[in-house]
Amino acid sequence: MGQTTVEKIISKHAASSVRAGDLAIVDVDGVMATDATGPFTIKAFRDMGGIDLWDAERVSLILDHATPAPNERISNLHQMLRDFANESGCHFYDVGEGICHQLMVENGHVKPGDLFLGADSHSPTYGGLNAFAAGVGSTDLAAVMLTGKTWLKVPETIRIELVGQLPKGLTAKDMILFLVGQIGIAGATYMAVEFTGEAIRDFTLASRMVLANMVAEMGAKTGLVDPTNLELWYDWEATYPDDDAKYAISQTFDVSQLKPQVARPHLPSHVSDIDVSQGKKIQQAFIGSCTNARLEDLQMAARVLKGKKIARTVRLLVAPASRKIFNAALADGTIQILSDAGATFLNAGCGPCVGTLGGIPADGEVIISSTNRNFQGRMGNPNAEIYLSSPAVVAASALTGEITNPADILNGNTDWEIL
Amino acid sequence: MLVGKTHVYGDNIDTDRIIPGKYTKTLDMSQLAAHVLEDLDPEFRHRVQSGDILVAGENFGTGSSREQAPIAIQAAGISVVVARSFARIFYRNAINIGLPVVEIANHTIENGQQLEIDLKTGAVTNLAAHETYQARQMPQVMIDILNEGGLVNYLKQHGTYKGV
Ligand code: SF4
Repeated sequence: MGQTTVEKIISKHAASSVRAGDLAIVDVDGVMATDATGPFTIKAFRDMGGIDLWDAERVSLILDHATPAPNERISNLHQMLRDFANESGCHFYDVGEGICHQLMVENGHVKPGDLFLGADSHSPTYGGLNAFAAGVGSTDLAAVMLTGKTWLKVPETIRIELVGQLPKGLTAKDMILFLVGQIGIAGATYMAVEFTGEAIRDFTLASRMVLANMVAEMGAKTGLVDPTNLELWYDWEATYPDDDAKYAISQTFDVSQLKPQVARPHLPSHVSDIDVSQGKKIQQAFIGSCTNARLEDLQMAARVLKGKKIARTVRLLVAPASRKIFNAALADGTIQILSDAGATFLNAGCGPCVGTLGGIPADGEVIISSTNRNFQGRMGNPNAEIYLSSPAVVAASALTGEITNPADILNGNTDWEIL
Repeated sequence: MLVGKTHVYGDNIDTDRIIPGKYTKTLDMSQLAAHVLEDLDPEFRHRVQSGDILVAGENFGTGSSREQAPIAIQAAGISVVVARSFARIFYRNAINIGLPVVEIANHTIENGQQLEIDLKTGAVTNLAAHETYQARQMPQVMIDILNEGGLVNYLKQHGTYKGV
C-alpha cells in the first residue's frame, strides 16, 4: 500500500520505512527558536550538558516576539540569545529582521521535503513548501540541538481537496478560516493535514504558507500543501503522496461560493461568513503576523485603502513579516499608500499578535486582525475582543470603523488586480 | 502513588489562559507561578496547594508551544494534570519537564474531590465518588522520559534517544 506525503518524508529521515502510528527516531534537517522559547531552550541545552551544537549551520535563533525589547528583563534575555549565537556560531536574526517563520523560508533554512522542528507552534507554516515541520517546546528543541534527532509518532493524515474557483477578493485566509471552522480547534489533533486541489494550484508561496500556518488552529502536528506549480528560487524536489495512500479522513470542499470569513472571540474556530459579524464596531485593526503580513497581504490592504483615510475612531497597525518584505513594499509604493491612509507602522516582528508589546487594546475594545489566534487575552488584555480575518477585511473595516466586507468598499469595482 | 485534591476546569483551556504571553519572557519559575491561569481564574494561584491535581476537559493546553505553560503549572505546585484530551505540544512539553499528564477520555471528576493516581498502571481512583478510571497508555519513550524526571535528565543519562 502507498504512503502519504508525511509518511514519505519521515521515512526518508528514519532508519526504516514508516506508517501512520509508528514511533520513529528521526534525523532533523533544521531547528529554530525565538526570544519567547529560546531562553528555556538554551537553559535546557546547558542542563543536558550541551557544549557544542550538533550542527551550527542547522540552528537558527530569532528575536521577534518582543522586539525591540520593551524592558530590561527582556533585553537581558535577548542578550542571552545573542551571546549564545556568537559562541555557538548558529544563525542569528536580531531585532527587526522579521518573524521567525518568514525568515526560515525567505533565507532557505527550510526546503521542500525537509523535516524541520521549530520551538513555536506555527512552525507548520513551512508546509507551504511541502516540508514536514512541527512545533515543539524548548526542551524538545534543546534535545535536537544536542543530538540532531528527535522521536515522533508518525501522524495519520487528513486530506483536504479544495475545488472550484475562489471568488475574486477572497484569499487563502478566508479558505483556512473556513476550514478551521469546519474541522474544529482540535479536529486534527496529532494529525497531518494535506491540502490539494485545483483551487490552490496557482497559489503563491505566500498563500500556501497561510494555509499551512493555521493547521495549528486545528490542533494538527503539521500541514503540507501539494507542491504542484510551486515556484522557488532554488532547485528542489517535490514529494507527492502515492495514489493508494491511506488517509484517516478525506474531504472535498467547493470554495466557489465562499464569502469572506471571520473568526469571532475567543476561538479561532468560531468562524462564520462575514455577514454574522458585519457592522461590529472596531477600535483597532492589525495587519501582521506569520499568517498575513507578506507583500501580497500589504498590497491587498493597499488596494482597499488607496486614496482613502481610515476612520477617526480606528487605529490601523501594520507590522510587515520581514525587513525584506518591508523594503519590497517601500519600493512598490504600498507603504506610501497605507501610510497616507493613516496606518501606523511597527517593526517587522510579532508585536501585537501575542500581546508582548505594541497595540495592547484597552478594556472593552474590539480588534479586527489578520493574525491566527483570538484567545482571550491573546493581545495582552483579557477584556478585549479579537476578530480574525483576511487583510482585505481588516483594511475595509479600518476604513469604516466596523467589520466590513471589502466588496462593499470597492463598490462593484472588483478589479483587485489594480493597486 | 499520587494523592491530591482537584481543581476542575472546562474544555479548550489554551496556553494564553494558562500563562499569558506577556508573562512568559522570563526564566524565573516563581514569576510564572505568580500568573498561572490568571485570565481564567485569578483566585487559582492563591487556592492551589502543593500536591493538588489540575483537571480539565477536552484539548487542554491548546495553542502555543510555550513550555512556560506546563512549567507555570508545575511551579504552582500541581503534581499531575488530568484531562479528557490534551493538545499535542503541551502533552510533550509536560512530559519533557517531568510533569505527569494523564489522559482519561470519559472522566467525570468534580472540583475538590480526592484522587489517587498510579502512574505506573494508569489506574485513577476517585476517592470521593468511589469511581475508577483507566488512563490512556503512553508510548514507552515517554514513560522512560517521565521516569527519569524529564528529558534533560534522560539525555544527561543516555546522551541520545535509546530507541522507541
Ligand atoms: S506572529 Fe504571532 S503567531 Fe506568528 S510566530 Fe509571532 S507570535 Fe506566533
